[in-house]
Amino acid sequence: MARTGVFVCHCGTNIAGTVDIDQSVEASRGFPGVVHAGEYRYLCSEMGQDLIKNAIEEHNLDRVVVGTCSPRMHENTFRKAAAEAGLNPYMLEVANIREHCSWVHREMDEATPKAIALLRAAAAKVALNDPLDIPELDVEKRALIIGGGIAGIQAALDIAEAGYVVDIVEREPSIGGRMAQLEKTFPTLDCSACILTPKMVEAAQHPNVNLITYSEIDEVKGFVGQFDVKIRQKARSVDSVKCTGCGICWEKCPSKAPSEFEMGMAKRKAIYVPFPQAVPNVPVIDRDNCLYFKKGRCQICAKECPPEAIDFEQQDVVIERRYGAIIVATGFDQLDPSIYGEYGYGQHPDILTGLEFERLFNASGPTGGKVVRLSDGKPPRNVVFIQCIGSRDKARGMNYCSKICCMFTAKQAILLKEKVPDARSYVFYIDVRTAGKGYEEFQRRAAEEYDVAYLRGQVGKIFPEEDHLVVHGVDSLSGKIVEIKADMVVLAAASIARCDAPEVGRKVGINSDSYHFFNEAHPKLRPVETHTAGVFIAGACQAPKDIPDTVAQASAAAVKAIGLLSKEKLQGEACTAEVIQDECSGCLNCIAVCPYTAITEVEIEERHHGGTLKRTVAQVNPSLCQGCGSCTATCRSGSINLKGFTNEQILAEVDAICL
Amino acid sequence: MSAAANKTRLVEEMKAQSGQDPSQCFQCAKCSAACPVTAAMDLLPHQVIRYLQMGMEEELLKSKTPWICASCFTCAARCPRDLDLARMMEGIRLSMLRCREGNKFGPADLTPEQLEKLPQQALVSGFRKYNK
Amino acid sequence: MRYRYFPGCTLKGQAKNMENTTLAAATALGIELVELEEWQCCGAVFPLYEDELISLLSPVRTLAAAEGEPLVSLCAACHHVLKRAQELMQRNEDARHKVTEFLEIDYKGEGRVLHFLEVLRDDLGFDKLAEMIKKPLEGRKAAAYYGCLLLRPSKVMQFDDPENPTIMEDFLQALGAEVVKSPYRTECCGAYLSVTEEGVAADTVARILDSARKAGAEMLITACPLCRYNLENCAAEDGKEPVKVYYFSELLAEAMGLQFDDLMAKAIERRRSSDVGSS
Repeated sequence: MARTGVFVCHCGTNIAGTVDIDQSVEASRGFPGVVHAGEYRYLCSEMGQDLIKNAIEEHNLDRVVVGTCSPRMHENTFRKAAAEAGLNPYMLEVANIREHCSWVHREMDEATPKAIALLRAAAAKVALNDPLDIPELDVEKRALIIGGGIAGIQAALDIAEAGYVVDIVEREPSIGGRMAQLEKTFPTLDCSACILTPKMVEAAQHPNVNLITYSEIDEVKGFVGQFDVKIRQKARSVDSVKCTGCGICWEKCPSKAPSEFEMGMAKRKAIYVPFPQAVPNVPVIDRDNCLYFKKGRCQICAKECPPEAIDFEQQDVVIERRYGAIIVATGFDQLDPSIYGEYGYGQHPDILTGLEFERLFNASGPTGGKVVRLSDGKPPRNVVFIQCIGSRDKARGMNYCSKICCMFTAKQAILLKEKVPDARSYVFYIDVRTAGKGYEEFQRRAAEEYDVAYLRGQVGKIFPEEDHLVVHGVDSLSGKIVEIKADMVVLAAASIARCDAPEVGRKVGINSDSYHFFNEAHPKLRPVETHTAGVFIAGACQAPKDIPDTVAQASAAAVKAIGLLSKEKLQGEACTAEVIQDECSGCLNCIAVCPYTAITEVEIEERHHGGTLKRTVAQVNPSLCQGCGSCTATCRSGSINLKGFTNEQILAEVDAICL
Repeated sequence: MSAAANKTRLVEEMKAQSGQDPSQCFQCAKCSAACPVTAAMDLLPHQVIRYLQMGMEEELLKSKTPWICASCFTCAARCPRDLDLARMMEGIRLSMLRCREGNKFGPADLTPEQLEKLPQQALVSGFRKYNK
Repeated sequence: MRYRYFPGCTLKGQAKNMENTTLAAATALGIELVELEEWQCCGAVFPLYEDELISLLSPVRTLAAAEGEPLVSLCAACHHVLKRAQELMQRNEDARHKVTEFLEIDYKGEGRVLHFLEVLRDDLGFDKLAEMIKKPLEGRKAAAYYGCLLLRPSKVMQFDDPENPTIMEDFLQALGAEVVKSPYRTECCGAYLSVTEEGVAADTVARILDSARKAGAEMLITACPLCRYNLENCAAEDGKEPVKVYYFSELLAEAMGLQFDDLMAKAIERRRSSDVGSS
């Protein structure tokens, strides 16, 4: 017979305010198997835990029920306390009488009977609990980082410095990401390349870092400590070992295509490196635009290449590798403002997005660093910046604030004044948001020292007239309609999730919000973890972010990964599924629903009327099983049990509530 | 100033009859930037919503702006908050027509030349808009 | 191709020529427009408060009269009201019950409600139309003027992209005209403000005409009698190069090679038959 102790927590007034504690304790004394019941103001406190431990000893308890907050909060606390008093930690059950009861009811005469029912159910369940063992799992001492922007590079360097091997998988031919496209960084106006490229080179040279560029993730299987990943290394058509990065091939290549790095404002060759400081400095052949791949002739690059590194026959290679931890750092895209017909983006060369305008400042950009109009090559006099293009717009864009636009606009207005002293900037804004160290001061400098006119309001229409753009807007503070003859217009287009973020999320097994930004496990307390153990996120793939925040989050994710990799063994899941093979009918529906490929079919021999019979049944690999319960719910013959949540335990709970 | 964020009868009716809740506006003023007839208005379109937010009903009913609004729906087409200001303007006009001034404009206000030349559509829609 | 046709009051009055030219062109294009019997006003303005049910009686009666067949109109205002009334009937069950019970009809929001330009684009096809053009408007610099009512609210009207529409330009191209785009082509002309606030309409019209002139247009086409009235009557006489305003159908008939005499004859014939029908 069970010897169960029940402990009811007041949680200050969180529970006691709506649940009659004395009545609950009194009722608990009458539950089958309960030999002791008690209460305390804060059971999770040390005093509270001692109360439980002492009672276990004093009353010789073999099972415990605590009526407290959600098991997500303190189940571990109480299991450890029970273990310290000599019980198997799985001989304890939590009745959630706070989130499920006291917080959702107002009347004590409603909440109290419900709390008692929940306690009775937990007592009925715990009576059927068996001691469970926590398995130990191996950890592969290697980390995978998906995305080689500043977040991925920072995380990789931190992990590498801690002594672990780390692979960066980058889709583009070079690492560097969005930061490589920037000219200067706010609020200090450091040259972006000057602070980024040393890190890129450091990553390339670090003995613990492997760069797997021009590659994408095909498949992720396994679980924390043992992720099995297939990486597709796209055919570069260039032998990376032989190539010296001399550049003769792209000089001689006759075929051009719009440069992705230059946002389509300049051309690159069909064989190319995206930008001069590319790491690795090994070109790729863009087969869609290469004459040889399109028409079967040319091969000029191969003829000219001194080390004969061009390899037209190269195929995609799939690398299969095991990792202990994964960091997703896939970055962001920029919203295409052509959805706003009133701004005329895409119909006039002098209407640009923020990122496009940024490239005009860069010495290797489409204008060689001269800030000029793309229409006629003349320097602009009046430049209108418009904020919140697609941000804070639930009608046609994104409902959120993109966070970085106020600052990059102030930066670009300052840079413009320095490059073109005659120029005047106008910024249409809804609110100026500059929370961050040194940010407010920076934005004020733009307004006060760089003659940037901030107009509070929006623009209704932009259209070309003669050699300028007419910007028809409003300044809501003065209540005046404003019409500006602009030479250029810069639209602060929203930062949005990568278009293939949902697909990446599915492959890696992490979920995203309604905008396709990846979800952190807890918005405040677990900001770099995901709901999938061993997978962490960093940078703008989680939400729009500036560089300081991105780097901080990347280092945080790295620490989490290092903490994981530094463990000799990981504690696995104790509550795993188990097939009762005598009862299994061998339908194998469980295999189809298992998200962890933990179930396989196995042939068993049975004695049958004196002879032996071979029969196919299901079998669970406990080290792969994560205890999700999908198989038990699917099993038609009820022959799969989830340890800690057996069919008998669940039914006992239901009975205790209903009967 | 009348009490800020007053839940006035006008605003309550507006929410029920047109689904437009002025509190959803964050005053970006894109409506004013988009409106083709602001020149003749005494309040800009975004100020009309601000007045609604502030519960300044009396002042609104004195304003010319709702009568200048031609219901061209440009503001609604461009509003980032998905608000239909044309419907709010209609609410202010109706509020006036229904319980205050009655008919604002009728056939007697037109010259014979106008009656001859104006398309029927203009006369009918004008009377519909300014009469109850 | 057979359609029920709702003319609306203005097409029998000030905008007769839009009807005459459309009907003549439609016949030549093999498009049958069957005028609704005993039709009444479209309602003129769509009620923006949902308790203004009385204003819905007229358009809903018209929608029901089409008996589920596609219903075509020419006047932008009529089309706007009919299309929005239909959407309200589909969306607001309570309003639908009240209106249809009062009218003692059964209408659930069914049937296509089309503007004639949509018939040309979606059912006939501008490619096909271009093939049937006899006298292309070569060298004529024409701009589209859309106004408001066909385009907005775009979720309901579903006529074209509300900020960057192309249907009228594509139409002009099919007629062989040299298409000119003016930035003010989707801005309001001032609508019925020309009745009460002439100054406002003078302002809006001046901007529209100026921008068309600057873009190099000799003429504008419209599908709205009120837009045309405002564009022709509200601009101050300032000696600038005039920009002529036409109904889209007038250019259509011209490009189809339909002679004025043909048009008049057909119009008179139609008038006679409709007189017989209604008297």
